[in-house]
Amino acid sequence: MKELWKTLFQIFWTFFKISPVTFGGGFAMIPLIEKEIVEKRKWLDSEEVADVFALSQSIPGAVAINSATFIGHRIGGVKGALAAMMGVSVPTFLIVLALGASYLFIHDHPKLEAAFVSIRVTIVAIIVYAAIKIAKTAIVDKTTFCIMLAGVPALFFVHPIVSILLGALTGVLVVFIKKKMGYQQKKKNDPAANPDYFMGAGI
Amino acid sequence: MVLWELFHTFFSMGFLSFGGGYAMMPFIDAAVTKYGWMSSEQLTNMIAIAGMSPGPIAANSAILVGYSTAGISGAILSAVAILLPSVILVLTVATFFIKWHHNPLVEAIFYGLKPLVTSLIIFAAISFAQSNHLVAFDISFRSISLWLIFALSLFAFLKLRWNPIYVIVLSGLLGVTLYS
Repeated sequence: MKELWKTLFQIFWTFFKISPVTFGGGFAMIPLIEKEIVEKRKWLDSEEVADVFALSQSIPGAVAINSATFIGHRIGGVKGALAAMMGVSVPTFLIVLALGASYLFIHDHPKLEAAFVSIRVTIVAIIVYAAIKIAKTAIVDKTTFCIMLAGVPALFFVHPIVSILLGALTGVLVVFIKKKMGYQQKKKNDPAANPDYFMGAGI
Repeated sequence: MVLWELFHTFFSMGFLSFGGGYAMMPFIDAAVTKYGWMSSEQLTNMIAIAGMSPGPIAANSAILVGYSTAGISGAILSAVAILLPSVILVLTVATFFIKWHHNPLVEAIFYGLKPLVTSLIIFAAISFAQSNHLVAFDISFRSISLWLIFALSLFAFLKLRWNPIYVIVLSGLLGVTLYS
């Protein structure tokens, strides 16, 4: 029993230390996970870590949270998963809360308002950058290009949830029809071998 | 009930949160408008702060929206709401579908999902450009300088590959110089 709590605390503490480096996406964690979890604790090997990150991208949610939860689960089951998830979330929760609270405290200051006039435009640029980055891995042929093109005007009329479901459905239908018609599907890249992966986690 | 609105917004968003934080902005924007939590400009400020902090952009934005609408309890509730789906899905996949990402059906879903996620981000860019007056084509110092800041920021990301945090901070300093 005592052993279990010790392991759970170690899992929590390891991710607690790694968490603040996840500036701009979960992939920044990989080198530290290698160091702390593979080399120091020997909980997993490098191959398993790569596999966890590949799997994390195919599940909704942030890569940092998903991969930590997966790794925690491998080490300590459901309790380990929860310990890892809390370890990775608590530090960034506190940091973002502190920043948000200080912003709300002084947001009436004219200088801060002036700063945010410019920052808001930079945020639009970041979103455009995110779109370009993700398009590079998402748009692989004419069909995917058409889905992207049709998706933008459609979003003025349907809720994002509906659009996501429609996108997934279109994907399944297209792949099914192409198979029926005898088109060879292109072999997809293994996301684990492709660090510039689709989710745009680098941003 | 604000807390319930926050919870079910971010909980359902958590289940569909594909494609990194920025694809989630249309969801958050829709909910913020529907429930009248804040203006689009304020939301953009929150997203800027979310981008300046470590951690996932979507979760950070949820925490900030929760905090500014309902204080600490709103922040905690929104964080739990957006994290819970991750935990549920990861545990389900880890227990039952460990080869999930090699499944042909999952691959087919992603084939259609990825371009749609791109549309979501493009849509987010358009609506945030609109709500932050980037689409005003008048010849004034303000709109020309804003367009220049936009172009410079994009250049810094695409060509210079600067870290977004530095670009946000530099942009803020430029804003203080130009607009105060």
